[in-house]
Amino acid sequence: MATGVLEEYGTRQRLLNSDRLLAGALIAPAIIYIVALMGVPFVLSIYYSLSDVTTGGTDAPFVGLANFRALVGDPTFQQTLYNTFLLSGMTLLVVLVLGTIQAELLIRSFRGKWLVRFLILLPWTAPVSLSVIGWLWMFDSIFSPIDWSLREAGLLGHPGALLGPATNLYWLGSGGLPMASIILVNVWRILPLGTVIVLAGLNSIPREVEEQALIDGAGYFRRLFQITLPMMLPIFGIAVLFTFVFTFTDMVLVYILTRGGPANSTHVLTTLAFFTGVQGGSLGQGAAVALFMFPVLTALSAIVLLLIRRREV
Amino acid sequence: MDVRAQSKRAGWRMGAHMGIGLFTLFSALPFYVMLITAFKRESDLYDPQNNPFWFTEPPTMANLDLLFGSTKFLTWLLNSFLVGALVVVITLVLVIPAAYSLARLAGRWGETLGIGIFLTYLVPPTLLFLPFAKVMAFLELQNSLWALVVAYPTFTVPFCTWLMLGFFKAIPRDIEEQAMVDGYGRLGAFVYAVLPLAVPGILTVVVFAFTLSTSEFIYALAFVQNSVQKTVSIGVPSELVRGDVFRWGSLLAGALIASIPVSILYTLFIDQFVAGLTALAK
Repeated sequence: MATGVLEEYGTRQRLLNSDRLLAGALIAPAIIYIVALMGVPFVLSIYYSLSDVTTGGTDAPFVGLANFRALVGDPTFQQTLYNTFLLSGMTLLVVLVLGTIQAELLIRSFRGKWLVRFLILLPWTAPVSLSVIGWLWMFDSIFSPIDWSLREAGLLGHPGALLGPATNLYWLGSGGLPMASIILVNVWRILPLGTVIVLAGLNSIPREVEEQALIDGAGYFRRLFQITLPMMLPIFGIAVLFTFVFTFTDMVLVYILTRGGPANSTHVLTTLAFFTGVQGGSLGQGAAVALFMFPVLTALSAIVLLLIRRREV
Repeated sequence: MDVRAQSKRAGWRMGAHMGIGLFTLFSALPFYVMLITAFKRESDLYDPQNNPFWFTEPPTMANLDLLFGSTKFLTWLLNSFLVGALVVVITLVLVIPAAYSLARLAGRWGETLGIGIFLTYLVPPTLLFLPFAKVMAFLELQNSLWALVVAYPTFTVPFCTWLMLGFFKAIPRDIEEQAMVDGYGRLGAFVYAVLPLAVPGILTVVVFAFTLSTSEFIYALAFVQNSVQKTVSIGVPSELVRGDVFRWGSLLAGALIASIPVSILYTLFIDQFVAGLTALAK
């Protein structure tokens, strides 16, 4: 009996010793793949941003920080930076508020919930480059279904109408409206993600806590502010992180809705990088624009991760 | 008192139903308009007086005929499927051993390294695509589906390794230890005792590697200009929006048809997706 246990122990020890090597061998391919295919472009993008490389040429003369200096003084770039933060900030705010409300509504069970769930998730689950085409039609300058509804409701298209006498609003036209339209579509797209993250958080709160509070006579808002929200803080951290990152780094919305127009007024960092680097051919300048995202992403991820992990200790 | 509480509760419930109705309308309305428009006659569609949410003239199949007959829509669908399938294979080959290694063998290093790998998922394609296009040119893969097959695992592998790590952690160590005591080696125990229990996780990885690949836009836009090599997520917006056959009916039909299967797959597995994201908070 005793020798059997010893033998078993010996086998385990031998296996554990060879485990270290095996662990390395199993994980190496994934790490090599990622480091090679993300590391090389990343290092190259830093190098490009410091050089005057174009799509046509092969040599890349080193120009130091000239690309960054040119950008900082460029009004289009300043507008772009402002747009990027405006889009991310507004989306974050609206998604957190609406996502919490929507999660509170969806946590109950009701008839036909699976269908409602499917429909509510659609904006997030459908490929964004395809679903945004639907919005391009919703915002059409003549046939916009939104404008039609407003005209039918008497809010648009006759003298004295609340939204003006013109037959159309020109959602992607001029002034502040195109940026507002982009924010609307972005909220539409990210809201399902925010909702399911908050919903996962709500579901993870032990029922007993909530029930005890109910027995103790705590009202809805007391429960919301003293139990639900504090327990949900790490989850809100997650929702903030991903809402911000997915908005901040997205290019599709602006690319399809406005292409940065009219007159470069709706560019975000990603589309400006694309049009400068690919369409304009100035790879160096484009890489510099894209690199502006990196410190923001790093800082935000670090802050959120630290906050989330500190709470637990 | 009782009556008042009751009517208050009924009020809450009605408010909740209205709220759910409004949210559903907000989410689904563009898709509904896409569906109606896909079957509208041109003369019906291009009259600003006509109701855009319903048919003024009888519905027609002409838009679908045009989409499947006169555009490369089917080719793009096929390309998307091919790229998705190949990316799934590469992802599985890289992710399963890596996640198992992180979950079992690498000890407390496992978690730190796991989070590290996940964080690379936060490095966006929009940051890398310019030099990445040059790397693809150097590998002589530009303008080819293979560029996408090579590039997409850079975001599926980090995310799926993280997901798979969670699944492997949930399988008790006793199971493979018993298998090893029974005479299997580490590898045998993994294949015969652990993998069968990890099937739900593997299925999740398959679905996400596939849906993330078929939805990708930026690399596809930057690497592929040749229209027969495009995937559906760039073919429709780049060739139909500003192409020769610019017809809203076919365009919206194409966007809707390609979206629905991806959405259904994604919806079935979204809880796993969220579990992956929220695992960071644990």
